[in-house]
Amino acid sequence: MESTTSIIPPEGMQLVYERPKALVDVHTHYCPGCTHGVAHRLLAEAIDELGVREKTILVAPVGCSVFAYAYFNTDGCEAAHGRAPAMATGIKRIDPSRVVVTYQGDGDLAAIGTAEIIHAAARGECITTLFINNAIYGMTGGQMAPTTLLGQKTKSSPMGRDAKIAGLPIRMSEVLATLPGSAYIVRRSLHDVNNIRKAKKAIVTALKAQINGLGFSMVELLSSCPTNWGIPADKALEWVEENMVPYYPLGDYKVIEAVKSL
Amino acid sequence: MAKGTIIIDQDCCKGCGLCPTVCPQHVITMEENLLNEKGYHPAVLVDPDGQCTGCAVCAVICPDVCITVFREVPAQRRSKTAA
Repeated sequence: MESTTSIIPPEGMQLVYERPKALVDVHTHYCPGCTHGVAHRLLAEAIDELGVREKTILVAPVGCSVFAYAYFNTDGCEAAHGRAPAMATGIKRIDPSRVVVTYQGDGDLAAIGTAEIIHAAARGECITTLFINNAIYGMTGGQMAPTTLLGQKTKSSPMGRDAKIAGLPIRMSEVLATLPGSAYIVRRSLHDVNNIRKAKKAIVTALKAQINGLGFSMVELLSSCPTNWGIPADKALEWVEENMVPYYPLGDYKVIEAVKSL
Repeated sequence: MAKGTIIIDQDCCKGCGLCPTVCPQHVITMEENLLNEKGYHPAVLVDPDGQCTGCAVCAVICPDVCITVFREVPAQRRSKTAA
């Protein structure tokens, strides 16, 4: 199905930017200002750029992005909570010519799905994971996630996260970078235009690493949740920059030599 | 400076207000007197002096992919395509 958008450029103008073809022309269910929309768009642009739309299979998670398969103009399926890497492993092993992408939130990947993601990375499965880290459980109403920052108030930590009770937040990129099977593990943020552009480049590299069979690739994206954080969308992006980036430093945690030379 | 313009799909817009915060030319505003089909006040381009440069920064930040961006074809290239 091709995109149905057909906006005619005004006289003397050329098209600079339009909706990527890998996104279905429907309105998403995400809250206003939620960066899931940005992450979806970046993945769609990367798929378009590499020309792999017909070969891509997206594995949607449980969480706010549970309907992700309905928004991408690719093949897709829905995994049980946290099990997207296991399902992606099966798909990739049956048909290695496919580009298999899992799209997971922090409640999905860093809590119930920790075993799946760690072993997928340890086995060096040639899949790509987009890890959306917004430090909270979004869909269920804003409970504390493993990635919730110390002192952060959520529905289940109304006095702020206390290290004595809940421990310290997990830095998943650092954890996965220690595993021998991972090829490309980076953390980017979606809090401003510059960082969004950097995130897009990282997603393209991650998909290329998979296409070249180099191993497990993951891009962690620091995201906002204006609704459950209880602040406006622009303030939420500032909150990401001021509070999340210091605890979750942006950067490349593992880039094997073969990926560098791509 | 290059001239450009944007088209905002107003029914797709959720009125999150991110695009006005990044627009370097300050030509996007949230239209308080307008309600779209979802019930949000959508973003609109208010650019009577043609200040939009088509830099596409608004399209990069837009979480709902509502913005299509156009930029003026440079004069030399326009004459080339005509020839």
